[in-house]
Amino acid sequence: MHTRRNRCGIFAATACALAIVLATGRPAITVEAQQVPQRIVSLAPSVTEMLFVMGAGPRVVAVSSFDHFPAEVDLLPRVGALVDPDLEKILSLRPDLVITYGSQNDLAAKLAKANVPTFRYRHGSLGDVTTTLRELGRRLGMASTAESVAAGIEQDLDRIRTRVKSEARPKTLLVIAREPRSLRAINVSGGYGFLHDLLELAGGANVFGDVKRESILVSTETILVRAPDVILELHYTDAPSHTLVDQERAAWSLLSAVPAVKRGRVELLFGEELVLPGPRVVVTAAAFARALHPALMPR
Amino acid sequence: MPDVRRRLVGWTVLLGSVALAAAVGAPLIGSTRINLARAFDTALPYADNVDAQIFFIARLPRVLAAALVGASLAAAGVVFQALLRNPLATPFTLGVSAGAALGAILAISLKLQLTLWGVSAVTGASLAGSLGAVAIVYALARARHRGFSTNVLLLAGVTLNSFFSALILFVQYIADPAETVQTLRWLMGDLGVAGYGPILAALPLTLAAFVAFAWLPRAMNLLSLGADAAASRGVNVVRTQQVAFFSASLVTGAAVSLGGPIGFIGIIVPHLVRLMVGADHRIVLPAAALLGAAFLIVCDVLARLVMAPVELPVGIITAIIGGPFFLWLLVRQR
Repeated sequence: MHTRRNRCGIFAATACALAIVLATGRPAITVEAQQVPQRIVSLAPSVTEMLFVMGAGPRVVAVSSFDHFPAEVDLLPRVGALVDPDLEKILSLRPDLVITYGSQNDLAAKLAKANVPTFRYRHGSLGDVTTTLRELGRRLGMASTAESVAAGIEQDLDRIRTRVKSEARPKTLLVIAREPRSLRAINVSGGYGFLHDLLELAGGANVFGDVKRESILVSTETILVRAPDVILELHYTDAPSHTLVDQERAAWSLLSAVPAVKRGRVELLFGEELVLPGPRVVVTAAAFARALHPALMPR
Repeated sequence: MPDVRRRLVGWTVLLGSVALAAAVGAPLIGSTRINLARAFDTALPYADNVDAQIFFIARLPRVLAAALVGASLAAAGVVFQALLRNPLATPFTLGVSAGAALGAILAISLKLQLTLWGVSAVTGASLAGSLGAVAIVYALARARHRGFSTNVLLLAGVTLNSFFSALILFVQYIADPAETVQTLRWLMGDLGVAGYGPILAALPLTLAAFVAFAWLPRAMNLLSLGADAAASRGVNVVRTQQVAFFSASLVTGAAVSLGGPIGFIGIIVPHLVRLMVGADHRIVLPAAALLGAAFLIVCDVLARLVMAPVELPVGIITAIIGGPFFLWLLVRQR
């Protein structure tokens, strides 16, 4: 019955309930602490390395299936990678920042629906490595640390660049993939991307620098015509035995008219850091410089 | 009789000249101009002769591989269409190419390193895969009854095709993205055989298959009237079907191991040839082989030139030409 007493009672009860809810609500935290991510999931190995080098390693709770560096990541759970990110596993770890690839639109949309902030990562030129480091630092509330790490990388790279500056620049073929033991399906670096930038920095002239693509399939004909003086071949595993390396190098002997083959300047580089545009680009740059100017850069 | 022989000679000479012109002309065309005199100059040391190496290593093997693969796939297309009595049958219908692809993709994803008689792991694994597919399809076709049922063959082949394609997708999904890119590339077809090793490796199977092809045409003509009609005219139907199946499948396996699954040749060329010469397999089969060789040689030249210095996979060119052509063929037949 809607008597006057009943209406007052209901009003009072509602007011009390509201007061209780407001009183037990969360106390105000400072805006900065609320925004600094503490549980980070990284799907990009190069960004994982950036996080660890900045000192944010302890905040990383999970990494991708292809993360191998630094050694600490071996203890962390894996959540898939570019093609197969495990959304359920990611969410179960309650992250407050997920680092995704720029092309993972689907994943980013789903994470946004779950109110999980994301950091979209795209790799491009060499400069993007330090740019990403600085952006990441700002996002993590470690801007000054990130700045010093990035500046350190830039200084190391500059040191290499200056060292080889006065040398002649050999025409270089930068092979990023090829069918094992044969000269089929040769993928080389074109004039775009961090590998091309590293090659130019290390004092080489990319013979395919005029083709503005990151990876191009070339025929033996074009290699013969462009006549590189040095062939740099990248392999993303640890170095196998000497015999296997020699056998792999011997595949190039078919094109004996190429200056690099004639003068024995076919250099095979091994290491998984070669394909990662992360903090270890300095290592890659040094490896390139050593291969291109062996007299100048002793091991 | 003599009429057929006369027509056969006529068409062989015509298409043979086309194929020969393509084979001779193609090594002369490329993204760069080479000095032919220098290329054949034996006075110059080979190790310094860029023109010679472009001609003999970069171009000539490709042209020979294109001729071999084109002839094989076109002839296999004719045989499969006769065997399955279906104008839409291709050399890839019965799963041979999917088996070859699975073998190659496993070799690429597992980064197999061994070489055998100058044949790379990928080519060898691809051949093994195709042989496996042939064996499975044949076993399935024989399982139902002692004879040889083309209906069961077709169903078994199509099913195996789907199954292997699913396995291929699975391997690509779990493999390292870098390897997956290489597998995608392999699936588009690539005639860039640097050197003659892969061609020589594919030659034995191909030659054996073509010897069998020489025996088939008359029987295939009669088979097109129906199994019973053919049998009543003295054709050993089961033997013919077995020879047709094995020879066409093995030559397809060899071709796919050499150049990857290059599509549309096995279906465009047979139809094109039938438009020109009629339905007599005694003429269609050799004509298709010659036209197939010429067609793929031309497609490979285009693949090398269109986006030079970047090389386009030849399977893309055959598909771009083949797709619209096939549509035209279908529309025309209404």
